[in-house]
Amino acid sequence: MRSNLNFFSDERFRSIFFQTLVVGLFALGIFFIVQTTAYNLEKRNIATGWRFLSDPAGFDISFSPFLEFKSTDTHLKVYFVGVLNTLLVSITGCIAATILGFLVGIIRLSSNWLLSRISYIYVEFTRNVPLLLQIILWYSILIQLPRVKQSLQILDVFYISNRGLYSPRPIFESGFTYIFIAIILALISSFFIRRWAKKRQELTGDQYPVFYTSFGLIFIIPLILFFILGSPMSFEYPEMKGFNFKGGLVIRPEFIAMFLALSIYTAAFISETVRAGILSVTKGQREASAALGLKQSWIMRLIIIPQALRVIVPPLTSQYLNLTKNSSLGIAVGYADLVHGFGGISLNQTGQAIECMVIVMATYLTISLTISFFMNIYNRSIQFKEK
Amino acid sequence: MKKLLSIFAVVAFAFSAHAGTLDDVKNRGFLKCGVTTGLAGFAAPDDSGEWAGLDADMCRAVAVAVFGDRSKVEFITTTGKSRFPTLASGEVDMLARNTTWTISRDVNLGFEFVGVNFYDGQGFMIPSALGVSSATELDGATVCIQTGTTTELNLADFFRLNGISYEALPIETNDEGKENLFAGRCDVYTTDASGLSSTRAAASNPDKWVVLPEIISKEPLGPLVRHGDHQWGDVVRWSLNAMIIAEELGVTSENVDAQLGSNVPEVLRLLGVEGSYGEMLELAPDWAYQIIKQIGNYSESYEANVGPDTPLEIARGLNALWTQGGILYAPPFR
Repeated sequence: MRSNLNFFSDERFRSIFFQTLVVGLFALGIFFIVQTTAYNLEKRNIATGWRFLSDPAGFDISFSPFLEFKSTDTHLKVYFVGVLNTLLVSITGCIAATILGFLVGIIRLSSNWLLSRISYIYVEFTRNVPLLLQIILWYSILIQLPRVKQSLQILDVFYISNRGLYSPRPIFESGFTYIFIAIILALISSFFIRRWAKKRQELTGDQYPVFYTSFGLIFIIPLILFFILGSPMSFEYPEMKGFNFKGGLVIRPEFIAMFLALSIYTAAFISETVRAGILSVTKGQREASAALGLKQSWIMRLIIIPQALRVIVPPLTSQYLNLTKNSSLGIAVGYADLVHGFGGISLNQTGQAIECMVIVMATYLTISLTISFFMNIYNRSIQFKEK
Repeated sequence: MKKLLSIFAVVAFAFSAHAGTLDDVKNRGFLKCGVTTGLAGFAAPDDSGEWAGLDADMCRAVAVAVFGDRSKVEFITTTGKSRFPTLASGEVDMLARNTTWTISRDVNLGFEFVGVNFYDGQGFMIPSALGVSSATELDGATVCIQTGTTTELNLADFFRLNGISYEALPIETNDEGKENLFAGRCDVYTTDASGLSSTRAAASNPDKWVVLPEIISKEPLGPLVRHGDHQWGDVVRWSLNAMIIAEELGVTSENVDAQLGSNVPEVLRLLGVEGSYGEMLELAPDWAYQIIKQIGNYSESYEANVGPDTPLEIARGLNALWTQGGILYAPPFR
């Protein structure tokens, strides 16, 4: 009895004991759920397993910009199409949301009353209306565009209708490889020029026009090369044939609705993060840099933003994660993302609900962890370096 | 807490000595019936908010068989996608939801189709202004299609077989399909011909739409239950058969009381005057009488919900009795 009491009055033992207990109960709970599920599946004669992944899908997916998809392809390919579509809308959405969010966040702090009010209204409106409604709103607006036969025409090559935005598609011919190589070389050398210029400035104080040099290298030289090689690029124009336009590039209203809704919604949150970040930099910093005679744009770019970023980046990461996860709402407008294609149609046609959901969940987990991983690296690179 | 409760529910369900669905329904006091999210003529709330339609009648018939009361039903809406998990998990006792009887659903998904209450086939509906007269002229068209249905697979097969291309626009519910078709986002809407008639009837100007002549598939639609509970399966199966047999025998909701004194033996067996068929099914002796009295026979239900006098204007066609040129046929009541 006495020794027993002693054990429990030992703080270390107690903590280990309870932690083991909790982990044990948790594991037991999981085990119980898995067992029950397996038991019930078997009792209801629901076949399980992964074999369905190699069965032909039997249905078509039209929105697959990266992989050609036919109804004879497998469910596994449905999965890859879904992943690519999810990544497409997530990545483009994150980029747009970041740009818009930074702009709105900075404008919100502007001394111009009208501009700052407008951003205030925008933020409060989009933040407080459910995303699903916004997606459906955008889609409803987009399908009210003119019908395909009455498409709006811009410059005879762009067509806008409720089937999407059609534009000419560039076709690269053999000579284009050289231009491509030139652009890559230019990008690499710009990077080194920037490093060299920075070092030089630290040593001598002289500045070097990095921006103009890089611009020249990346755009002007390849452009000159393009004409020297005799314009090795042609366009495929969209053409009305039968029911639809054939050829050209098309951006579907389902994608546009998702892209707009996701980026506009998330940008509202990002703008608040940016505003908080900028406000976290003390007023003295701004005053001191003004006293040094720096231009307004320099103060923002060189003094305020680098310090604000330390506050902005961690919540920014979680906004990226939110946007990616929110892209699963694509089903509301028929956007063939991972949840709609594989987690919806395949699940339903094969009836393998648990298998499909496990795969979909694992995929979102992987995407989210990857985003976190890179954002954490970036976050570390912008933290204060203690010397 | 809710999560915890549902885990307990699952566990309790798994380990309880498995009571049959019929007992569960009786103990609960009402039937849970899975229906569509709204398809006029089959299952949709009417002007007074009551569920009405051919499938809704099917649910009510089972409720009448069990309780003798057509109001003892809770209608639970399911989408094309949610219907099977809803049934498999026991959230509903049966589905009467325009569901096509296929081998994979019957065998692999662990369900049991108990009969067919509507013989359908997949068709195409397009604006008449497009001037298309056959589905084979649809090369390049954008097609609205409900995901998770057999029609989705038939569509892919049909276009592949005919060597023509199309763009699928996957949508979730019939309403979304309607909206996209009417806005011109898609050229064609494809689903079961009955569903097309229902959609066409809902258009502001039905004459602007045509249903193409091609019927590209067999779609026997019928009620289904979970596999393995044969007693419950029998109750649902014979509730449907009773309505069909009643039509065959000319018993209607109006003359059913007079028919109690009929001299036709099968009528007497059906109405529970002779034999003990109710007892075999663990139902009241007059279960079939009550179905006919409160719901009507198959023909009455058909004419009231989808027949030529309704906005859907679907002729009996395949759904006529076998004696009248159709294929509707119920096993004998003996």
